Amino acid sequence: MNTTYLPSDFLPIIVQFVLAAAFIVVTMIVTHRIGPIRKSKKKDDPFECGIEVVGDARTPISVKYFLVAILFVLFDVEVIFMYPWAVNFKKLGMLGFVEMVLFMTLLLAGFYYIIRKGVLKWEE
Amino acid sequence: MYATLIIFLLMVPGFVVVGVYLERKISAFIQDRMGPMEVGKWGLLQLIADLLKLLQKEDIVPKAADKWLFLGAPFVIFAAVFAAYAVLPLAPGLSGSGAAVGVFYLLTIVSVDVIGILMAGWGSNNKYALFGAMRSGAQIISYEIPLGLSILCVVMLNQTLDLQAISFQQGIYSPEPVYLFGLKDLGVDVTQMGGFLSWNIVRNPFLFLAYIVFFIASLAECNRAPFDLPEGESELVGGFHTEYSGMRYALLMLSEYGMMLLVSLLGAILFLGSWNTPLPNIGPLRLADWTSGEPGTWLGYLTGAFWLLTKALLAVLVQMWVRWTLPRLRVDQLMFLGWKVLTPVGLVLFFVSGVWRLLGV
Amino acid sequence: MSNTQQYDYQPGHLTASEPNKYGPGTLKKEEMVLNMGPQHPSTHGVLRLEIVTDGEVVVDVVPHLGYLHRCFEKHAESLPFNQIIPYVDRMDYLAAMNSEHAYVMGVERMLGIENDIPKRVEYIRVLVAELNRLASHFIAIGTYAMDIGAYTPFLWLVRDREHILGMLEWTCGSRMLYNYIWIGGLFYDLPVGFEERCAEFVRYLKPKLVELHQLVVENKIFIQRTAHVGVLPMATAINYGCAGPVLRGSGLRYDLRRVDAYSVYPELDFDIPVGKGEAGTRGDCWDRNWVRVAECWESVKIIEQCLKQLNGKYVRTRDFDPQAMVPKKIRPKAMDFYARAESAKGELGFFFRTDGRSDVPVRCKARACSFHNLSVIAELSRGGLLADLVAVIGSLDLVMGEVDR
Repeated sequence: MNTTYLPSDFLPIIVQFVLAAAFIVVTMIVTHRIGPIRKSKKKDDPFECGIEVVGDARTPISVKYFLVAILFVLFDVEVIFMYPWAVNFKKLGMLGFVEMVLFMTLLLAGFYYIIRKGVLKWEE
Repeated sequence: MYATLIIFLLMVPGFVVVGVYLERKISAFIQDRMGPMEVGKWGLLQLIADLLKLLQKEDIVPKAADKWLFLGAPFVIFAAVFAAYAVLPLAPGLSGSGAAVGVFYLLTIVSVDVIGILMAGWGSNNKYALFGAMRSGAQIISYEIPLGLSILCVVMLNQTLDLQAISFQQGIYSPEPVYLFGLKDLGVDVTQMGGFLSWNIVRNPFLFLAYIVFFIASLAECNRAPFDLPEGESELVGGFHTEYSGMRYALLMLSEYGMMLLVSLLGAILFLGSWNTPLPNIGPLRLADWTSGEPGTWLGYLTGAFWLLTKALLAVLVQMWVRWTLPRLRVDQLMFLGWKVLTPVGLVLFFVSGVWRLLGV
Repeated sequence: MSNTQQYDYQPGHLTASEPNKYGPGTLKKEEMVLNMGPQHPSTHGVLRLEIVTDGEVVVDVVPHLGYLHRCFEKHAESLPFNQIIPYVDRMDYLAAMNSEHAYVMGVERMLGIENDIPKRVEYIRVLVAELNRLASHFIAIGTYAMDIGAYTPFLWLVRDREHILGMLEWTCGSRMLYNYIWIGGLFYDLPVGFEERCAEFVRYLKPKLVELHQLVVENKIFIQRTAHVGVLPMATAINYGCAGPVLRGSGLRYDLRRVDAYSVYPELDFDIPVGKGEAGTRGDCWDRNWVRVAECWESVKIIEQCLKQLNGKYVRTRDFDPQAMVPKKIRPKAMDFYARAESAKGELGFFFRTDGRSDVPVRCKARACSFHNLSVIAELSRGGLLADLVAVIGSLDLVMGEVDR
């Protein structure tokens, strides 16, 4: 088992990334080589069930998605904060746990407020 | 170390082949059909034939699309999913990267997947694709919170982010004594018994609930039914991959199956004892010793990989079973489940496992 | 020149589709026009829906029709009555027997021979019509489950429907478009052994229907997706002329098999299930689907009774000729006549105008139930989510062949 962690431990990750990318590049080259390339107006249109597209697809998106994203950022940062704490959980003991519960309670109060505000109501 | 990488690189496409074949045959079994039967014996070569066909197809880029986003999206999704395998331990002493922050890295990688999907949706400039991508983004980030919380419970128990270290703690090769249910006061030392008794879900019984949360959240992370809204065929045609064709579509498919195996492996490692055998030593019946080899030996590698892959495949089977049984949820129901059910449950579990851990110290 | 050229062909004709009702000028700022169909997996054929959405919420739905228009009514104006039957088959291709039954009864009544039809023929007609109603409902329920996202019920139902199609193929040589019920009789008598095979099928089907109930009616997610969705109040349903399971789902006990009491239905014992709002609101998608599932049970009941009669009182005899009453010349008196019957989708009616001088109707207008059921779609889906729209379309059980005719 590893007891000392070195930067070189991250090398395999990079190798894997490179290999995955190489796999894609190779298949793409092959598929471009053996596949046909034929252009036509109808084919290059975006798919809209066989009807000509009206307007741009990139219209403003419902604000609910944005609210979910903001909520996610809030919670994700919190969860990420909790990881280093969780690793040292035993060392920090009871006091650390109480502190974290306090922190969570504050956060949950905000979460409760958000839910009561109806941020997660999709129906209207 | 690099041996594992090569094994993984072979295993992942290998699994995808097995996974797609299994999915077809299992769905056929559930639906009272035969499944593929024509290509090769029992249709074994069907996926190869499919991939060869897709390889010959034209790579169409719609005119309205944002070319670089559109072309880059499969890259991002595929590379993210497959690079995630680098930190998974396959067997005792055998893992690609010994990075200390394996769990963290995996959570990050799952998020990169979202970027790829949003790139695909926005880049396609297609209404269905954009809808699908938005849903997918909202879904994946929503379910990442319960996912993170359930994993947090494990980290609190194991006190490390290194997946290999977590694996070692769950069996007879544990560096520190393992007590039944993680409670020292019970005074039952199960380090020598091993088997399922030292798995995380037994060391802290609440982790079983956490595993259920993890499993549901991971279904959503893979965009699998009943959370397959992003590609919800009946409304959004193909969701974010509506416009993709040929090999690029195949890459997206491969990443979906890669993702399925990834979360199943992760669940097995974190909760179900990783590469440890499920059979405990009972008195003279040294079942655990017989079914797992010493770390670092070939027998150890083989038995470890066998147990881990078996557990992961079982989880994949359940994923498939769920997919072919349940209907699809609606967007608001999905959000309801994610934010108002799983997240609070995750928080409660986090709290309870903290108390449990403090009891056990 | 003018008689060689039928119409001015312009290259645009083949590619143009009906223009959108909503365009950049008529849309509000955040609204978007989304097209669903004709090439879409859940519009059940070639229905095209122009959807105005605001985010995920549906603001308006405009159906565009005509992709499966095959000029049934115009064809009918140049064909003798007995040759129209195959065209009737092709209207609602999922329940061709029911359409034939309605059409044939109409012509028989015009000729005044409806009381001369042998009882055995009537029972066989009802038997095959109910078998076909089962097959049609199976497709409706199965595709509905597929729209909701469950793929398995569809294939299970297709498996069971396969038995029905096999039996009907054995009866008349064709799997979907039968041309079996003739004016005044039948094409053939039932093949020898049909009754036994049908009885065996009923025994086989009953446990499968229980299974179906568990899978698509009682499933938690299925109820979540369909209850309280697309609520159709009874008054609206009546105003729009809805019929069949769509109307009965809204709670009105209106079934032409009972209301008109045609054929041998008065002699048969069966219930008419109506939506009660058990899972949600009365008249929601769940109710409509539930009515179909319940009607499958009723059809099974009718089939059992028909088989009993066909094995008992009206058993096959050596000298029985199903074509005995088929008129040599089908020439009704000059009249306007409307005939209707309960098809699998609702009230299927035919309006005939005859001049009494020819074998060909002057006008033959079909009142297609799917067309009327389709008309409520905007009413049902406004203000709902995009995913609900799919649930609504599926619950109406549209067959585009019948809508466009």
